[in-house]
Amino acid sequence: MNYYLLSLIKTAIVVGIFMHVLAYLQWIERKVIAHVQLRVGPRRVGPHGLLQPLADVIKLVTKEDILPSHVNKVFYFMAPFIAVTFALISISIIPFGPEITVGGVRTQMGLTDLNIGVLFILGISGLGVYGVALAGWASNNKYALMGGLRSSAQMISYELPMALALVAPLLILNTLSLREIANGQEGFYLGFIPKWSIFQMPFPQVFSFILFLIAGFAETNRVPFDLPEAENELVAGFHVEYASMKFASFFMAEYANMVTVSCVATLLFLGGWHPIFPEKYGSGLIPVVIFAASALLCFFHAANPARPFDRITLPVFGVLFLGAAGLFLLPPVQPILLPLFWFAAKVGIILFVFIWVRATLPRFRYDQLMRFAWTFMFPVALINLFITGLMVALFP
Amino acid sequence: MDALLFMIFAAIAVICAINLVVQTHPISSALSLVGVMGALAALYLLLGGEFIAAAQLVVYAGAIMVLFVFVIMLLNAGSERKPVIKPRGKYLGAPLLLVFLGMMAYLIQRIMPASAPVVFGAFQGGTAKEIGRSLFTVYLLPFEVTSVLILIAILGAIVLARKEVD
Repeated sequence: MNYYLLSLIKTAIVVGIFMHVLAYLQWIERKVIAHVQLRVGPRRVGPHGLLQPLADVIKLVTKEDILPSHVNKVFYFMAPFIAVTFALISISIIPFGPEITVGGVRTQMGLTDLNIGVLFILGISGLGVYGVALAGWASNNKYALMGGLRSSAQMISYELPMALALVAPLLILNTLSLREIANGQEGFYLGFIPKWSIFQMPFPQVFSFILFLIAGFAETNRVPFDLPEAENELVAGFHVEYASMKFASFFMAEYANMVTVSCVATLLFLGGWHPIFPEKYGSGLIPVVIFAASALLCFFHAANPARPFDRITLPVFGVLFLGAAGLFLLPPVQPILLPLFWFAAKVGIILFVFIWVRATLPRFRYDQLMRFAWTFMFPVALINLFITGLMVALFP
Repeated sequence: MDALLFMIFAAIAVICAINLVVQTHPISSALSLVGVMGALAALYLLLGGEFIAAAQLVVYAGAIMVLFVFVIMLLNAGSERKPVIKPRGKYLGAPLLLVFLGMMAYLIQRIMPASAPVVFGAFQGGTAKEIGRSLFTVYLLPFEVTSVLILIAILGAIVLARKEVD
């Protein structure tokens, strides 16, 4: 098939799914936090609040776009564009699965593959700071400026441990291309321990993984490192003067960055789309079991409804889940869906950790944040890198 | 296609560089410099220096310039006053600059030996592996000396920035 046509189709699919993931991630976050705090979360718009993202989008688009009189107009308009652009670019080099054949066309799952993939991600995430910093500065507001300043200092500081944590698994896997990184983690030790970076010999990269996740929280300005927008100190930090779609851009950028960090962590440390135990022990049945169990749960709760509406909505969800379970049993779509399932499951678990941490941990103080980066994370990352290098050199 | 991309990114680099000098506000200048760096990274990529391109993005555009912007924001530097340009400079400046640039281009073309034209995609030694190999074999001494130099600079910065404790 024509290369350009194929790329166009793949781009349309990835962008469509990515945008929906971003919108629904926010719904999931609200739901999860609500349940952690013993609330029910959004459930007015659509069944179980499932149409809430749509309502939010309509609200944000139709809101009045206020232009404060005291802002630096050029940079004020530029900042959300920069933030959202650099947040969305990274998805283009994330591979979602192996090479597949659809209707006689062989193609890679994922838009493209760079042989400097990891460096590209680092560079792009470094450029994303400008959005936040400029927004803070151009707003001409002291709270916003404080937020912008904090954000740039924080991102410079945490980029170091993040890069050092990234380098350690690269020493073992010996490549910078994200697809080859995922492929390098295929296979099992002793037939059942997956060769993911966090388990891979000669030095399992558990510490790098934890360091990377912590730095990832800081890079995406998430709790407990959300000082750029600390609500109770800075009102809303760098985006305090933004309304309507410009505010939505920052919001979208934050969630896109979260997805990117989760994807990179999955690819580098959790083996990408490779299953957690071998196919021959039936790892292909895991999604079927999960979806069938969800369906059963839905049917059970429909039979004993807690609210009157559940009698109608839950059986529908149950049938949908059953359909998904059946889909994973069809041999022709299995090679496409299974890698996608494992990739999405790992990314989803990391995203859940992001939300879980937001629901449970308090915010750092600013000096604690800086001291933590420079006096704890940086040395630990260096030592980890040193040990990894030593082990790789000793046991090639 | 390559030539077209080269023209586009070269134009961006030059325009950003001119904008860097013309702008009066430090933040605008700093951001123009980021534009120059980004365009340069794209040019490196076109020439096959993929690692250098990524390093350019990560180090210069991503780290150093963020630090610049950070410091400008921290000091809250206002825009410079535009110097008063005398009419002589106003009308003679641009033509003289053009003449000067033309002369330079002509001289360089005459003095420099004619070499084979650059072929996009011909250079293959720009991968991370190749660069790492040459850094740790052929250029080992300069590499180590540079790292010592940077270490000295860091120590100097700490000594200069440290508050005197009485």
